[in-house]
Amino acid sequence: MIIRGDEPEQIELLRKLYKPGNYFMMGDEAVAYGAIFAGCRFYAGYPITPSSEIAETMARELPKVGGYYLQMEDEIASIAAMIGASWTGLKAMTATSGPGFSLMQENIGYAVMTETPIVIVDVQRSGPSTGQATKGAQGDFFQARWGTHGDHPIVAVSPVSVEDAFWETIRAFNIAERLRTPVVVLFDGILAHTREQIRIPDPEEVEIVYRKLPQNEEEAKLPFGDPHGDGVPPMPLFGHGYFTHVTGSTHKENGLRDVYTQEVHDRLVRRIHRKIEKNKHVYEKYEEYYTDDAEILVVSWGVSARPSLGAVLRARKEGIKVGLFVPKTVHPFPGDRIRELGRNVRAILVPEMNLGQMILEVQRFVNDDVLLKGINKIGGIPLTVEEILKEIRGVV
Amino acid sequence: MPEIYSKYPMVKYLRKEALPTALCPGCGGGTVLNAFANAIDQLKIDPRDIVVVSGIGCSAWIASPYFLADTLHTTHGRAIAFATGVKVGLPNKYVVVISGDGDLASIGGNHLLHAARRNVDITVILVNNFIYGMTGGQVAPTTPFGAITTTTPYRNIEHPLKIAETVAAAGASYVARWTTAHVYQLIESIKKALTTKGFSLVEVISQCPVQFGRRNKMKEPAEMLRWFLKNSIPINKAKNMSEEELEGKFVIGEFVNRRRPEFVEELNKLIRDVQSSLVR
Repeated sequence: MIIRGDEPEQIELLRKLYKPGNYFMMGDEAVAYGAIFAGCRFYAGYPITPSSEIAETMARELPKVGGYYLQMEDEIASIAAMIGASWTGLKAMTATSGPGFSLMQENIGYAVMTETPIVIVDVQRSGPSTGQATKGAQGDFFQARWGTHGDHPIVAVSPVSVEDAFWETIRAFNIAERLRTPVVVLFDGILAHTREQIRIPDPEEVEIVYRKLPQNEEEAKLPFGDPHGDGVPPMPLFGHGYFTHVTGSTHKENGLRDVYTQEVHDRLVRRIHRKIEKNKHVYEKYEEYYTDDAEILVVSWGVSARPSLGAVLRARKEGIKVGLFVPKTVHPFPGDRIRELGRNVRAILVPEMNLGQMILEVQRFVNDDVLLKGINKIGGIPLTVEEILKEIRGVV
Repeated sequence: MPEIYSKYPMVKYLRKEALPTALCPGCGGGTVLNAFANAIDQLKIDPRDIVVVSGIGCSAWIASPYFLADTLHTTHGRAIAFATGVKVGLPNKYVVVISGDGDLASIGGNHLLHAARRNVDITVILVNNFIYGMTGGQVAPTTPFGAITTTTPYRNIEHPLKIAETVAAAGASYVARWTTAHVYQLIESIKKALTTKGFSLVEVISQCPVQFGRRNKMKEPAEMLRWFLKNSIPINKAKNMSEEELEGKFVIGEFVNRRRPEFVEELNKLIRDVQSSLVR
């Protein structure tokens, strides 16, 4: 069984096509190159602003590395095709924006239930509905978490710069492959269209993970079992004579549907949750600045993290003891660390480009005696250093 | 159960641990599964070379899980889109979609048209029983004008979609329509569909005595089969008939059988072209 993109000659090909060095590119392009370096060889998507340059870059670059670009009839077809491709051993990605992300939700749940590794990039734009199609926002924080129905875990990562988008896309693939689960990249329209310098590494510098495949016939017969105790079953790929049955309905370890037995549903859904909970080390990632002696903490994610850092640096120059916490994996939320940090500060500020979403996650982990305040801006213009600095000064 | 293994040779293609099937007595689904198994048997295709994809509903269950191959039971209406991804990953395998009219032609209508337009090499067996069976017999886009269903208790005032004609117009390589009363013709068409390079559709008019027949004066499966036989018009004969004469009739036979460039082949050709231009 093979995972395409894993061949040794791929390294030489990547090195030749994308000479290591510094490039000037857009966030959307960085996502696409990150995917190609991560081994993505299947892209199915539907054009939508501000994510379209990801599709355009993939359409141009994928054939060069032997990968497939498909423009499907809609977003639902796109994620469906990716899941089909993933079961044949292709690493698959799609990119979309708010409305398209909404359309994909049912099949995100299908990917969770069937434990199919795929990567979905949501380049967030203003909403609800068509909103501001060309503007950025951070309004899909909870759509990523709770968009699909039922009890389900989800992993979502969120890059803070163009170069970070390259690396976070690679990390999203690695998490998806290691945990056999869909992973969301919560990007945004502002970084998507920002051009910055990024360093394209030598392909050997990039750590790439491939899904666990069954070691023997017995493991292949239990595509939804837990033979290694880590909650992650090996994935028997289609086309290898295993007669694998895959269904989004509640199923037993052998894949066959049993939608009547309470215990079967309980066992399956709890294991899917446990596999994410137990493997925190695979996905948990955050950055901290000046948190050691901070009396005030700024918690910010994605596009808002950089003006937040700018504001923290300026405030430090003014002698204000303020720190910054940036979750890079936003779901599952790094609540334990927030709880620890929350014990030592008197105020927490949460700048984000929405009317208050991640702040609700922060709230769950801090005591009432901590002053918690959102810095919220909507309408497609990013938060500025001054706006955040003003709020920091305000709580001093 | 054991006796069926000696009695029916086609049972070797079934997933034993999933039997007996959940289909109602008299359902046309069994005939479709039997015809599909016979087509595979006659073509001597190894089931290891088949991936069957289905959506949601009674007809989606026909092959998934009962047919012993890699089977992907997907979300409602999306089977063809999933199958497109499978075919790209496994261009040398037979990728087959077996599902119902509600699944493939209603919620999944867009995917059906676009897969036909792209001419993806998948075989679609669309089981048309005029009704949403599993959810309790509601009106479908294929329900005949005037028929009674649980959501058209007075009569259906919508016109049914002509699936085979529509898919033929969308660009499929092979399209045929038969009923469950035309089993041998059906097997031949499934064989042709499987061996056609490109998108192929076999529409099977099938009986649902429980949800459709019972409410439309055809309680017994045999009554429905007699209805199919009495109202089936071969396509050559239908060509000379007026629209009024064809009202309520089932046009059967092959609608198209042609060669067009196939999507996955073209995709791989494009990749080879791009890669060889890089070498230079």
